[in-house]
Amino acid sequence: MAKTAIELKNITKTFGSVVANRDVCLSVDHGEILSILGENGSGKTTLMNMISGIYFPDSGQIFIDGKETVIRSPKDAFDHKIGMIHQHFKLVDVFSATENIILGLKGKGKFNIKEATRKVEEISHKYGFDIDPNKKIHEMSVSEKQTVEIIKVLYRGADILILDEPTAVLTPQETQKLFAVLRRMRDDGKSIMIITHKLHEVLSLSDRVAVLRKGEYIGTVKTSETNETELTEMMVGKKISLNIHRSEPKNCEDRLCIEGINCLSREGVKLLDNVSFTAKSGEILGIAGIAGSGQRELLEAIAGLQHIDSGKIIYNNPKTKTQDNLRDKTPLQIRELGVRLSFVPEDRLGMGLVGNMGITDNMMLRSYRKGKTVFLNRKPPHDLAERIISELEVVTPNSETPVRRLSGGNVQKVLVGREISSSPTVLMAAYPVRGLDINSSYAIYNLLNDQKERGVAVIFVGEDLDVLLELCDRILVIGSGRVTGIVDARSATKEEIGLLMTKGKGDEE
Amino acid sequence: MISFLVSAIRLGMVFLFGSTGEIITEKSGHLNLGTPGVMCVGASCGCFAEYLYLKQVGPYASPFLAILVAIVATFIGGFLMGLLFSFLTVTLRANQNVTGLALTTLGIGISDFMIAKTGTSFGRASKYFTASLPFAEDLGWFGKLFLSHGILIYLAIAIALISSFILSKTRIGLNLRSVGENPATADAAGINVSLYRYLATCIGCGISGLGGLTFIMDYLNGNWEYCIDAFGWLSIALVIFTVWKPNLAILGSIVFGALYIASSYITGVSFANKELFKMLPYVVTIIVLIITSMRNKKENQPPAHLGLSYFREER
Repeated sequence: MAKTAIELKNITKTFGSVVANRDVCLSVDHGEILSILGENGSGKTTLMNMISGIYFPDSGQIFIDGKETVIRSPKDAFDHKIGMIHQHFKLVDVFSATENIILGLKGKGKFNIKEATRKVEEISHKYGFDIDPNKKIHEMSVSEKQTVEIIKVLYRGADILILDEPTAVLTPQETQKLFAVLRRMRDDGKSIMIITHKLHEVLSLSDRVAVLRKGEYIGTVKTSETNETELTEMMVGKKISLNIHRSEPKNCEDRLCIEGINCLSREGVKLLDNVSFTAKSGEILGIAGIAGSGQRELLEAIAGLQHIDSGKIIYNNPKTKTQDNLRDKTPLQIRELGVRLSFVPEDRLGMGLVGNMGITDNMMLRSYRKGKTVFLNRKPPHDLAERIISELEVVTPNSETPVRRLSGGNVQKVLVGREISSSPTVLMAAYPVRGLDINSSYAIYNLLNDQKERGVAVIFVGEDLDVLLELCDRILVIGSGRVTGIVDARSATKEEIGLLMTKGKGDEE
Repeated sequence: MISFLVSAIRLGMVFLFGSTGEIITEKSGHLNLGTPGVMCVGASCGCFAEYLYLKQVGPYASPFLAILVAIVATFIGGFLMGLLFSFLTVTLRANQNVTGLALTTLGIGISDFMIAKTGTSFGRASKYFTASLPFAEDLGWFGKLFLSHGILIYLAIAIALISSFILSKTRIGLNLRSVGENPATADAAGINVSLYRYLATCIGCGISGLGGLTFIMDYLNGNWEYCIDAFGWLSIALVIFTVWKPNLAILGSIVFGALYIASSYITGVSFANKELFKMLPYVVTIIVLIITSMRNKKENQPPAHLGLSYFREER
């Protein structure tokens, strides 16, 4: 079965002056899972978009089953049985699953929705998907939407599947389910390419790994003959110390006391259930929990963006030595007290940055009120922009390039850099390293540590337990909107936290 | 009462043509604010062709040809306006709102120019359009309401029903809706977004144009009036009123027609108050907008990508 399904030779693609891919060569066999590994902005997605016909390569050749092929449009890609599952789902919200699946297919003018639904169910059954074909997309969870995307390409009879960071939005359980399905497809003879930067997934799932670095092809290795250290070296090009610097907390005083806050969602579901904790100055408080357990609501409640049904948020003002209840304040007043929220949403451009504006202009969104005259003073934000570009190694032609032209990770660096720059007293960072490569993650960790040493109360919501354990002083674990435990990060173990994370859910059932 | 309803239906079909065309256009994601101009151009093209045809054949005109010439010319006039709109917004990526408003002004200008050449009276041509079934008058109120109309009225309803069927039941319709909802998705699914937008807009404009012709030839019995653009705006409002469904637009258009002429049938309304009555369709549209927004049902919202251009290589 080990026949080459698709082979790329010397593929090059540039966007303006940015080289996204240079001389990339790789191949996938039938019945094989190939991981495409690389840091943010290394050109993984661009490369896959060229295979699926969204972009057209500037030079190079693509061979499918040994024959040279030109893929000019997504339709060409379908004709060669290539299907791509994008990172941002390409689904029509008001259509049902089946309607989305048959979209764009050739056939009789009047379509037979029942027949299509039956075929969808057949595919679901074959590979073990769990989906209701008549459900509307806007009523679905992220994981369900992804399932629709996968069925969509299978329905078209795709033999080569490309998945762009499929696990980024999934919970660990959903990830395991997805991997099981992918393995079943591989055993069925499909060729699967999966884009990721999570090493443990690469090692557990794929047969071979192709590594890209800054748009250049580094090499392909067999998963069974490699290990994390080697892959990291290939990916980043230099060895990175795994030790996150952590200083002892100094001059701790209670900065923020949360006392029994409750939040209800519009449907009456408890988002936060009697949450109490204290954030101290000069320390990093980590918040761990399964995605969607109330982390976002908690931070938004503190920032004044979420309505609180009961409870108190006491802020000890270090300047005036007074106590303020943040519940009575508007988001703007809370900001002026020095409470800063840097939330990195799943959709990086959705919140906080304006895609069409340059970095400098985006800096000004936070500072334009400081001006004394009606005219804007562009010098300070410009300096700040330049500082962020050099300190966080943002890859951009200059500080005036529209932010939407940057790759996802670079956009995030700009967003986090701006919030950190405003010298806060409380800094809340939610997923600040989400999707960032290793080098820039460390840059962010150092920035947080820096803030901690200056006496800022840092609240860090993270996904990676290893990072939480190495970076934070204390870790608060949240499960289904409840605080299930607060542990000392220096002595706690991963298993201990993992257990606390799942505790809230078990109680509910 | 019967004559009020008959008038409401006749005027309503002007809106129905306009809004069916606009719905098809909007389903592709194009917000064409040029509809008033398109209807003006459609009407004047139809009238101009009719004028030339009747001048050519003299007294021996064939009724069938007379109708066909005007309808085809109207459709082509609207089609060309749609082509201009699509060229500007799809190929040159111009802003849709600005383009649409420019088209409105342009369309009014063109039609005024053409009518200046032909004169404002098309009474003879109008006879062909208002001719109805000979036995309609003998069937009492039923005949008057349903059978006494000219050909354009039935054409409007037929086109609305066909459009409704195509949009909801065929692949072409599914593809078209996806282009308006999420063009990136449609593109990734192998649908030619530009082609769909071009065709939907051109055909939609062609249909809208027929609304102008209906107004002149049927409702006004061939006497040109310089106010077709007002019905264009109302057609756009009707699209919202009927939550982007051509089959609902059939009823909606008659409601609009009735509201618009209501003042003339209610005695004792002063001239100033009549203008207030003519405002009613817009008031109703705003109420519908409030209700649909409050219920917040996804199916009743405008196409998600309405008014936005699509460029594939953007990231």
